Amino acid sequence: MDKDINIKVKVWRQNGPTEKGHFETYPLENISQGSSFLEMLDILNEKLINEGKEPVVFDHDCREGICGMCSLYINGHPHGPDRGITTCQLHMRRFNDGDTITVEPWRSAGFPIIKDLMVDRTAFDKIMQAGGYVSVNTGGIPDANAIPIPRDDAEMAMDAAACIGCGACVAACKNGSAMLFVSAKVSQLALLPQGRVERKRRAKAMVAKMDELGFGNCTNTGACEVECPKNISITNIARLNREFLKAKFAD
Amino acid sequence: MNKINSKIPEGPLAEKWSNYKNHQKLVNPANKRRLDIIVVGTGLAGASAAASLGEMGFNVLNFCIQDSPRRAHSIAAQGGINAAKNYPNDGDSVYRLFYDTIKGGDYRAREANVYRLAEVSNSIIDQCVAQGVPFAREYGGLLDNRSFGGAQVSRTFYARGQTGQQLLLGAYSALSRAVHKKQVKLYTRYEMVDLVIIDGRARGIIARNLVTGKLERFAAHAVVIATGGYGNTFFLSTNAMTSNGSAAWQCYKKGAYFANPCMAQIHPTCIPVHGEFQSKLTLMSESLRNDGRIWVPKKIEDAQAIREGKLKPTDIKEEDRDYYLERRYPAFGNLVPRDVASRAAKERCDAGYGVGNTGLAVYLDFAEAINRLGRDVVEARYGNLFQMYEKIVDDNPYETPMMIYPAIHYTMGGIWVDYELMTTVPGLFAIGEANFSDHGANRLGASALMQGLADGYFVLPYTIQNYLADQISVPHFKTDAPEFEKAEKDINDRIDRLMNIKGKHSVDHIHKELGHVMWDFVGMGRDAEGLKKAIEKLKEVKKDFWTNLRIPGNKETLNMELEKALRLADFIEIGELMAHDALDREESCGGHFRLEHQTPEGEALRHDDQFSYVSCWEYQGEDKDPVMYKEALDYEFIVRQQRNYKS
Repeated sequence: MDKDINIKVKVWRQNGPTEKGHFETYPLENISQGSSFLEMLDILNEKLINEGKEPVVFDHDCREGICGMCSLYINGHPHGPDRGITTCQLHMRRFNDGDTITVEPWRSAGFPIIKDLMVDRTAFDKIMQAGGYVSVNTGGIPDANAIPIPRDDAEMAMDAAACIGCGACVAACKNGSAMLFVSAKVSQLALLPQGRVERKRRAKAMVAKMDELGFGNCTNTGACEVECPKNISITNIARLNREFLKAKFAD
Repeated sequence: MNKINSKIPEGPLAEKWSNYKNHQKLVNPANKRRLDIIVVGTGLAGASAAASLGEMGFNVLNFCIQDSPRRAHSIAAQGGINAAKNYPNDGDSVYRLFYDTIKGGDYRAREANVYRLAEVSNSIIDQCVAQGVPFAREYGGLLDNRSFGGAQVSRTFYARGQTGQQLLLGAYSALSRAVHKKQVKLYTRYEMVDLVIIDGRARGIIARNLVTGKLERFAAHAVVIATGGYGNTFFLSTNAMTSNGSAAWQCYKKGAYFANPCMAQIHPTCIPVHGEFQSKLTLMSESLRNDGRIWVPKKIEDAQAIREGKLKPTDIKEEDRDYYLERRYPAFGNLVPRDVASRAAKERCDAGYGVGNTGLAVYLDFAEAINRLGRDVVEARYGNLFQMYEKIVDDNPYETPMMIYPAIHYTMGGIWVDYELMTTVPGLFAIGEANFSDHGANRLGASALMQGLADGYFVLPYTIQNYLADQISVPHFKTDAPEFEKAEKDINDRIDRLMNIKGKHSVDHIHKELGHVMWDFVGMGRDAEGLKKAIEKLKEVKKDFWTNLRIPGNKETLNMELEKALRLADFIEIGELMAHDALDREESCGGHFRLEHQTPEGEALRHDDQFSYVSCWEYQGEDKDPVMYKEALDYEFIVRQQRNYKS
């Protein structure tokens, strides 16, 4: 049964990308365990505004676990202590009366802090722009059923395509690697006949862009898979490595 | 002055779009390079339009308020996308999709637009498959379909419960490719704050850089609005937190007509409200109604015992359950359209049969489906939705029925557009949910994705050329024109005014007030008395906003409270227009239900002799009543009937 709890929230405050940040601790009383983690932060912000202080800046939008906007590092875990969910799907029933909850932004060279808990993830867009697509224009396309695709391949492609681009994998990785993100897109398209035509070019271009933007290498620790809100598997990284090597050998 | 000219092409219904394309003006490749187009928004409509226009050779500037185009709220659409492929061989056709959409919209949409939508629906599926969208497939490798409300065929294509995500990522990938090829320039974390008009034509926008807080000017030969709907007027809705109606409202204030503002869709299957602190409502996909059965207790004392926690839903015997949709609508059962299902839930709850601790909930039960199909099959179909429900409510829907209640989900109303998707301001276009065009008074499930992508991939890229063909000799615009100066000064003054109120209430506090007024008086059941009361109450909310608002921080920096305040100022005015329009339309149709106008069985009662028109509102200035013009809806090809989902 959900109860009301009293907690302390220890939040990272940082005024801008080049400013020095620090933790501030705010007590909150009578928080319903039925409320979501972000509703708890809404209550905190309402309180701060009423006290004439600046609210805590954090990214959020759909609050249904699909847009990939929310990005909080809670008690040492991207998206908090629960598995297979985003920050917006985390509920206060995961916490107990008297807890102090530490909230930080994603910390990675690839994602500079903009303000407080908000980071800049445009690097992911740039990696996508380097090759995360099938090069078809609008129109002049054959019938959707012209090429049958084995159901299992379509399902595996869908497993990989479920990535929401939130960046938890990078935040979880001690190397700040974006391999899980990149491999999810490379896998999805390599598994489908429509994407196979450009598979070599795609793998090389996306990996090169990832390296250029300062993301680290993968050392197979698997933290990304554990923290991924969509349970994207690291077998995708193995597939990316195969795709990349095949492309390189073909050169 | 009435500027309504819907520009419907001549000829038989099935030939109108072909005739249009055969005779419209085109822009040759060399001239396309000379023309700039601003696209505001990167959802299904915006991203598909920006990518397609870029590929064609136009210079496209594409804006979004999130950190990436992939975050737009189209991403949250769950169930599917309709198309008239007839792959299941169950009798579907372009005509049937057209007919179902017109009927679903309660005969308040344009025949020609809806026919075109049905016509291009098949190309959308082809396009998405070519992009690598992993739609669900049968073991033979061909595409699978499922059923949605308001149809007796299976024409909905889907990618698990994440169809919107996969379609948006497809459009986003096309957009990313266009950015890579320098066909599109992307502006993320930018919000349009005004439209710039020069010599009567849309020529640019003022946008606020949300990171620096600076106002910036952008010029173009045409402006396309793809910023979605205004459902967040109600504060609590299934829309994303930043979804807003401000871009559309700026266009309205600059002379674009706003059509059918009162037509908002209330989705029947949302997770019920659980407390005052709540910020957002969560949708449970309509696809659940394929296998879930909706019921409340037959006996009022059982309902009361459940509300008090003395009985559990599983304690209620089969014969004591009222499957009210199956009872009232035998032909469509649990798959009646959204407006019908929502009103039926409200009717049962208002009569005292509601469940949950608030009494504002009904059951959506999978026990029968689990018995019939097995838990594995149910899990494969709806696993992610069940998990989402369990995380939020802390109940296991495999063991106990889900609780659901209607919530605001989509707005059929929007910026008025003609057949070419151009507004009453030359050079200003509106696509996707931001326009009013295709869904009439009620949108069918899986048709929003269809319309967004139809507009962006296959309609606007043609029709915008008919306008731009006359613009090829107009040079690239500079942004130092006096019209840009004035627009920027006006919005800067507005921001100063907001920052200087220095009152005591947060934006959310006032937004909740607005939401309560809207839900209570402009919600699922409306009457003249309530609407008049709403109009009075909205004046108070507006006054409260402009005298008691508090925005911390300053304007030339990242300031989320200021962003929200600018949007709320517009939501309040949108709410006023919705109430006026709802009061004016003295009939019930689709999502607009006037309590005074219902059949003896409690169904929506249209008055075609008086209200068969689109209401088009023209802005007259601050605190002046808007003027309404009527676009007559003449049905040439189908006969209007009382909607019947019973037999």
